[in-house]
Amino acid sequence: MDDSRGMIRLDGVGLRYAGTPGAETAPPVLHDLNFSVPAGGFRWLLGESGAGKTSLLRLLTLAVRPSAGQLHLLGTAIERATRRDLPALRRRIGVIHQDFRLLPHLSAFDNVALPLRLAGRSEGQVHADVQEILRWVTLTRRAHALPAELSGGEQQRVAIARAVISRPDLLLADEPTGNLDDAQAERLMQLLQELNRMGTTVIVASHATDLVRRHPGRALLLRDGQLLYDGPSEELVETVAETL
Amino acid sequence: MARSLRPARADDLGLKRALSDRLLPLLVAAMTFLAAMALAGAVAAAALATHWRGGAATLITVQVPLPESPAAAPPQAAAALAATGATAATETRAQAVARLLAAMRGVSSAHRLTGLELHALLTPWLGPDVEKLSLPLPAVFEVSLAPGAQAAALEPDVIAAAPGSVVEHNAAWLERLAVLVRSLQGCAALAVLVVAFIAAAVVAVATRAGLAARRDAIEIVHGLGATDSLICGQFAGRVTILVLGGAVLGLILAMPVLLSLAQIAAPFREGAQAVPMQPADLLRALPPPLWIGLATLPPALGLIGFVTAQATVRGWLAQLP
Repeated sequence: MDDSRGMIRLDGVGLRYAGTPGAETAPPVLHDLNFSVPAGGFRWLLGESGAGKTSLLRLLTLAVRPSAGQLHLLGTAIERATRRDLPALRRRIGVIHQDFRLLPHLSAFDNVALPLRLAGRSEGQVHADVQEILRWVTLTRRAHALPAELSGGEQQRVAIARAVISRPDLLLADEPTGNLDDAQAERLMQLLQELNRMGTTVIVASHATDLVRRHPGRALLLRDGQLLYDGPSEELVETVAETL
Repeated sequence: MARSLRPARADDLGLKRALSDRLLPLLVAAMTFLAAMALAGAVAAAALATHWRGGAATLITVQVPLPESPAAAPPQAAAALAATGATAATETRAQAVARLLAAMRGVSSAHRLTGLELHALLTPWLGPDVEKLSLPLPAVFEVSLAPGAQAAALEPDVIAAAPGSVVEHNAAWLERLAVLVRSLQGCAALAVLVVAFIAAAVVAVATRAGLAARRDAIEIVHGLGATDSLICGQFAGRVTILVLGGAVLGLILAMPVLLSLAQIAAPFREGAQAVPMQPADLLRALPPPLWIGLATLPPALGLIGFVTAQATVRGWLAQLP
């Protein structure tokens, strides 16, 4: 395993969405981003709505490729990677989407099992792991329910379970506590920190300054697609809390 | 939690709903029906051509003008007649040719048309009062040759016995028949190609509709690390099952029609005296080449469906990073 495994590095990365009207003349949604996250690192990703947090997460989940600069992710230079290289990388990344992104025709069980099945795990192992994670998110009794039959909080817990079940090298979370009560949000943060302690690189985009205060760490602050701050969250939260 | 292991062919993308089991199989069934009819037409044309060609090749017509005039007696004709024991001086040209044909090797039968038969033959062209026209009608012989016999072999002897006689071969007619059969087979092949093209187009449209209906699901699965092959495989598998089902349905619908046509065509088929009606004889009801062609339709259409769905989904996935 090389030293860059699990590491994120952005060198002058920009993103402009192609194919949209006026895309050629519109300003880039991300501009000249330079930062790195070491393997096993933890980052809060902060910024106002429209600052570019979701776009940055889309870059890091390989949903889009950078239109400028160089992105190194999990030891791979993304601008040089072929389409064939990307599925294996994506399987090493867990994502908790703000809108859950559950498959509506699959049960909670099958949604959570999907990453393991895509990775080719045996059904026996899939069952054991899914049952364990569903027990952790207290959804054992709702395992056969379709997403439409679940509450918002339950859907978010399914999305969390799906993101972490394969013990990813990189875990990205976009407002992961938005639909959770305080107790569940706290449990989620403990899980993320536990995964982080076990070596998973974690990036959490959040508006919840209380949560950031309770779980201090290093933070990235975006504004208008540019990186304004890369440092300890304690200092940042005090100065920008009002704008978040 | 009691839960059975999931089936090997799981529907992660929800394609059972996105690719309905109604419209696509029905369209494929209709196309299979048309392809089966086209194949049947091609095979029937070839079979009838073979049958007719076999009959026409062994049948020739001999026309002897001035049939009641004395037969000629050139040396070679005299020798030929002598071999049959006839006396040239007492025979007419028609009698001489009839005796010659009866004695010739390779001639199975020779029938001189009667006055009534000639009248029936000419009436459509000259009207019912043919006799009143006092036309010098020739004697006409229908000659059946034994298998392998050549019509050209008897022509010199006939002309020697009755100069001016005409031996009509069926080569030109056979050539026209061959052209007609080739044209029919070409049309059938074109029809099958058109069916294949339409099948591919229908599958492509259905697959695109499925992609549109499952865009979000595909993007989610893609984001979780699904390969293009896995996504294409799920689409292609579903489409192939639907196409195969439609093709089998089309064949089932075509069979009564084909068997009815076979029953109608049975008298024209070589060696077919009666249409077999027993279930055990169904295999013999249609010619083997047609059975082979029909059996090829479902796998061929399934392959078209599989390849088209794969290509369509791969093209669509190429827009994703």
